[in-house]
Amino acid sequence: MAWKTLTRRALFAATGAILALGSFASPGVAQTPPGVLVVGQIAEPKALDPAAVTAVNDFRILMNVYDGLVRYKSGTLEVEPALATSWDISEDGTVYTFSLRDGVSFHDGSPFNAEAVKFNFDRMLNEDHPFHDTGPFPLSFFFSAITSTEAVGDMTVRFTLNAPYAPFLSNLAYPTGLIVSPAAVERHGADFGRNPSGTGPFVFKEWRSNEAVVVEKNAAYWDGAPSLDAVIYRPITDANTRVAEMLAGGIDMMVEVPPVSLSQFQGDDFTVVEQAGPHVWFLILNAKEGPFANKLVRQAANYAVNKSALVNDVLEGTADVAAGPTPPAFAWAYNEALEPYPYDPEKAKALIAESGVEDLDLTFYVTEGGSGMLDPVAMGTAIQADLAAVGFDVTIETYEWNTFLGEVNPGLEGKADMAEMAWMTNDPDTLPYLALRTEAWPDKGGFNSGYYSNPEVDELLNAARVSTDQAERAKLYKKMQEIVQEDAPWVFVANWKQNAVTSDKVENFRLEPSFFLLLRDVVKN
Amino acid sequence: MGGYILKRLVSAVPVILGITVIVFLIMAMIPGDPATAILGSYATPENVEKLNRDLGLDKPLVQRYFIWLGNMLTGDFGRSFSLNRPVLDEVAERFNATLILAGTAFVLCAFLGILAGVISAARQYGWADKGITFVVLIGISVPSFFLGMMMILLFAVNLRWLPVSGMFAIYGGGDLPDLLRHLVMPAGALAVVATGVIARLSRSAMLEVLRQDFIRTARAKGVPERGVIWRHALKAAMVSIIPVLGIQAGFVLSGAVYIEIVFQWPGVGRMLVDAILKRDILLVQGGVVFVAACYVMFNILVDVAQSLLDPRIKT
Repeated sequence: MAWKTLTRRALFAATGAILALGSFASPGVAQTPPGVLVVGQIAEPKALDPAAVTAVNDFRILMNVYDGLVRYKSGTLEVEPALATSWDISEDGTVYTFSLRDGVSFHDGSPFNAEAVKFNFDRMLNEDHPFHDTGPFPLSFFFSAITSTEAVGDMTVRFTLNAPYAPFLSNLAYPTGLIVSPAAVERHGADFGRNPSGTGPFVFKEWRSNEAVVVEKNAAYWDGAPSLDAVIYRPITDANTRVAEMLAGGIDMMVEVPPVSLSQFQGDDFTVVEQAGPHVWFLILNAKEGPFANKLVRQAANYAVNKSALVNDVLEGTADVAAGPTPPAFAWAYNEALEPYPYDPEKAKALIAESGVEDLDLTFYVTEGGSGMLDPVAMGTAIQADLAAVGFDVTIETYEWNTFLGEVNPGLEGKADMAEMAWMTNDPDTLPYLALRTEAWPDKGGFNSGYYSNPEVDELLNAARVSTDQAERAKLYKKMQEIVQEDAPWVFVANWKQNAVTSDKVENFRLEPSFFLLLRDVVKN
Repeated sequence: MGGYILKRLVSAVPVILGITVIVFLIMAMIPGDPATAILGSYATPENVEKLNRDLGLDKPLVQRYFIWLGNMLTGDFGRSFSLNRPVLDEVAERFNATLILAGTAFVLCAFLGILAGVISAARQYGWADKGITFVVLIGISVPSFFLGMMMILLFAVNLRWLPVSGMFAIYGGGDLPDLLRHLVMPAGALAVVATGVIARLSRSAMLEVLRQDFIRTARAKGVPERGVIWRHALKAAMVSIIPVLGIQAGFVLSGAVYIEIVFQWPGVGRMLVDAILKRDILLVQGGVVFVAACYVMFNILVDVAQSLLDPRIKT
């Protein structure tokens, strides 16, 4: 009998405990008020110092707190005035003079002027600058062409370059070119990244580690105050958890929705937004040795891979088939006449037969993840099957992302015949210049890991880099795309469409081709 | 007793030193370096070299180890480059969150596990025993991260009783009820496996004790059954249950890694996973050394507790 009372009592205690916990659960999930937007980010930011960071995830905050001298016109990748109102480029393309916008202040109250601009670029580029130690500044090479920055007048600044460099303006529109408050850097030193101050539409409020970054409306914004009162950026690293938070109403907006989760956001409660951007996913082919040293075999690989199946089935329509090395998002430089290699296994077999290459064993480097790599393992497996269907014998070697870069960037020679790769850039110059020229072979410090070499392409790219005439550059890039497509140093696979989901309370939101997240015009009810 | 504790503390020093060497060497040997992780696609040899110089990673290995060790002895764990703040601040903050999660889960699994074990031992082969054994088996078999995902889908997405993730509400939270609401699911999911293990081992420990002579004596003496079980038998059984608790505390702490990722709990496990992926050397090293030191201390505590309960263990 004694036992019965005991179990009963234990039962009571346990039930009591559970009920007590349950009572905390009852108030339900706290909702954020109108005007406060909660954005689900993919990771904790590294810092809010634009010169010190490299991740798109961090840019999503920075672009709303800072301005650059120039910015991308909405919906395009062409630059327009921002903190600079106009500029003048010297005849030889080496001197850029900017007139700056009057009456703009940093959030900390200090004035924006030519000295502030000079401070920014000197801090990044000049090792003797008193605040160079607030770095490192990993992307400072975007501006390595600058030999000097001078404040010519109070509101005029002049950059002198060591050689003509066409992507300069475009790089100024990139987050690395955003202008920070010199006064705030002087005040906070190495901790500036946690105490940012810019001129942008939102003012930094607080950073609760691993929990949230909060920014508030800048009512005095020079280009019109935002309609949101505040934005809360929440890092949620696990994609499934991010989806669950979105479904449960814990966040109002999420970016980088996994393709398999898109179907969960059909219906009136959510809006899915898509935007193609300057991204290209491709396979580097080792043109120096092995089967892919033969151009016909490289073309065969392009015919053999079923790219439509990859983008529609593996990526659930979150990407388009790529035609060549330049993404269509660079509308002015993109060669519309280019058609993607069609899926044609018979043609692939015929080309292989014509080439006379008999040893079709391939080693294929696949990564497990990584920036812009989409779904690399599933894609790699599908590609392996497609290549096997036309007679290749493909062995996959899989690496974690950083290890993968350590294997691929020094070149594929002696190790592999092909490797996955993806790039997101801000200028049509960047990727081909760094990854397709003969001068960009790994031993010369570039990313041409497959040793492609065509003197004509080299010439076109070198000419396009020093020309300051956009129409002239466009012509050169279009010609380059034609040759590269024909030479097939890569298998051109996909151009990713970035996506985002918003709840039905969010209005007026669009994604930009630059992949930046601009929230000034967004409304939350 | 004081001498015993001192002896154990001194013996912990080489253990922790060994851990510093191992974690340092592992971080030095794994492929991929922090500069590549930071630069991503832009990791040219030239850029990597410059960044390594800026990060102080161009010095010889041995020199780097002793600089790190020396700094740590003065309490300076260095600065995390992926988070741009002092390692110790980050680790302490994160460890605090892990302690709340793992501590709650541990109390939960110790309490429920021992309770379930004692009940099933006392009612051996009865319905309670069979029921508990069945539930315990399920608990041991379901992976905790899977259980966590299922709990999120049910309680947060469908029923909306509890928040999906995080430690505090993102807007207007921060008090104790808010913390508890966020704690229910992760602590529950984390406790399940350990509860099962503790329940099984408590049951067998109790059964063994219940067969002994002094229990029969106690019953013959007329001690009420409740007293026999809880005062006489359980106290004796605790000697073999406590080491199990110690081991399970370790499992709960390491299991917290998965749970922290699923529930976005800002704990030290999730921090270490992120830090390893970003090759944030100082953060990984500092975090591992800190956690290892805590674990060693915890083991010493368990041994001391055991020696207090069982005078046969030499002090």
